[in-house]
Amino acid sequence: MYNAKAVTIGIIIFVILFTSPFWASLLGKSYKETGISLPKNEKECVETTDFMRNKHMQLLNEWRDEALRNENRVYVASNGKKWAISLQNTCLKCHTDYKEFCDKCHVANSVDPYCWTCHLIPQGSTK
Amino acid sequence: MNKSRRSFLKVAGISAFALSSGVAAMQTLSATAEAKVAPGTYEKGAKALHAKRWAMVIDTRRFLSANDYKPLIQACHKAHNVPDIPDNQNIKWFWLDTFDHAFPDEMNEFLDNRRKLASYPLLCNHCTNPPCVRVCPTQATYKMEDGIVAMDYHRCIGCRFCMAGCPYGARSFNFKDPRKFLPDPVPNPAFPTRMIGVVEKCTFCAERLAVGQMPACVEASGGKILFGDLADPNSTVRKALAENYSIRRKPSLGTQPGVYYLI
Ligand code: SF4
Ligand code: SF4
Ligand code: SF4
Repeated sequence: MYNAKAVTIGIIIFVILFTSPFWASLLGKSYKETGISLPKNEKECVETTDFMRNKHMQLLNEWRDEALRNENRVYVASNGKKWAISLQNTCLKCHTDYKEFCDKCHVANSVDPYCWTCHLIPQGSTK
Repeated sequence: MNKSRRSFLKVAGISAFALSSGVAAMQTLSATAEAKVAPGTYEKGAKALHAKRWAMVIDTRRFLSANDYKPLIQACHKAHNVPDIPDNQNIKWFWLDTFDHAFPDEMNEFLDNRRKLASYPLLCNHCTNPPCVRVCPTQATYKMEDGIVAMDYHRCIGCRFCMAGCPYGARSFNFKDPRKFLPDPVPNPAFPTRMIGVVEKCTFCAERLAVGQMPACVEASGGKILFGDLADPNSTVRKALAENYSIRRKPSLGTQPGVYYLI
């Protein structure tokens, strides 16, 4: 290979630079929990914690369409429990602390949902 | 390369087919993925009121002055956190107007004063053929199976086509943030507000029907407004229409309003 040494060094430098985000993240800060405070009086959400954590936004979208378009305003959870479909009157009845619950994760993940331009944040939440 | 025209077309045809079937497969995939995320199921509330075609009959003969409608307007606007904005950008779900404005088709110049000079209560007519639904580009406005013309404010982009389409002026645009004109806390903390840039209107109280309550204005009217199933010949509304002379707003347009006036 013509100029093999320089080319090899070049390739190595390129690979290191290209993968640098991975190295940086390995060396860098460790995984940090958001430290959300869960509702005090309730142990059980509509569905499992995992499902709610991963899919609450899709579930809320589905709730919205079912309630507003098909007038199905009751959700029968997989454990058979029935819930009135309402962000404001069902979810926020337990999740009363907007700052310490919703906001903690949303801010950490840089998402800015605009639910609250219409839906009311519970009284007493600091916002 | 020396490819014949025939072999070129063959390859081109096969690639086009492969590409399009790939796209179709992806579409069906994403459609099934979109179908449902919830592990549970959906149903209507046990107490929900049902109808094939909700309709309203307003007995204007029993309202003696514009003041008699005030409690109804208040009940509606309170129940739905409708702000009162003191200029021409106000929001109205339930409002009053003169006979000439409400019923421009009735061109009887010599109508008696009782009917001619009265105020008439106006709201969305929940038309059978709603032009607002036809013009809405986002399906933010739609007709439900029980005849209610509803809105999904999440989808509304504020284009105001529906306001141009509605021949009754039943829709209002939020030029300003409505929360600035509502007390804090809002009159009904169980109901959302709207945001700047969306259109809103009367919902026929779909959220109240879903839990077994009559619309707020009907409840506040003390029996002067009837609400029921137009498809059921034994319903209170059908009986009232069978026994009294009734008119609707601008019937010649063919929208088939669901709000009837006994005058
Ligand atoms: S009155 Fe206007 S807003 Fe209501 S359904 Fe008819 S066209 Fe639509
Ligand atoms: S303003 Fe909203 S509801 Fe009206 S036509 Fe546009 S998107 Fe539809
Ligand atoms: S039916 Fe409900 S939303 Fe419509 S005017 Fe009456 S109270 Fe208001």
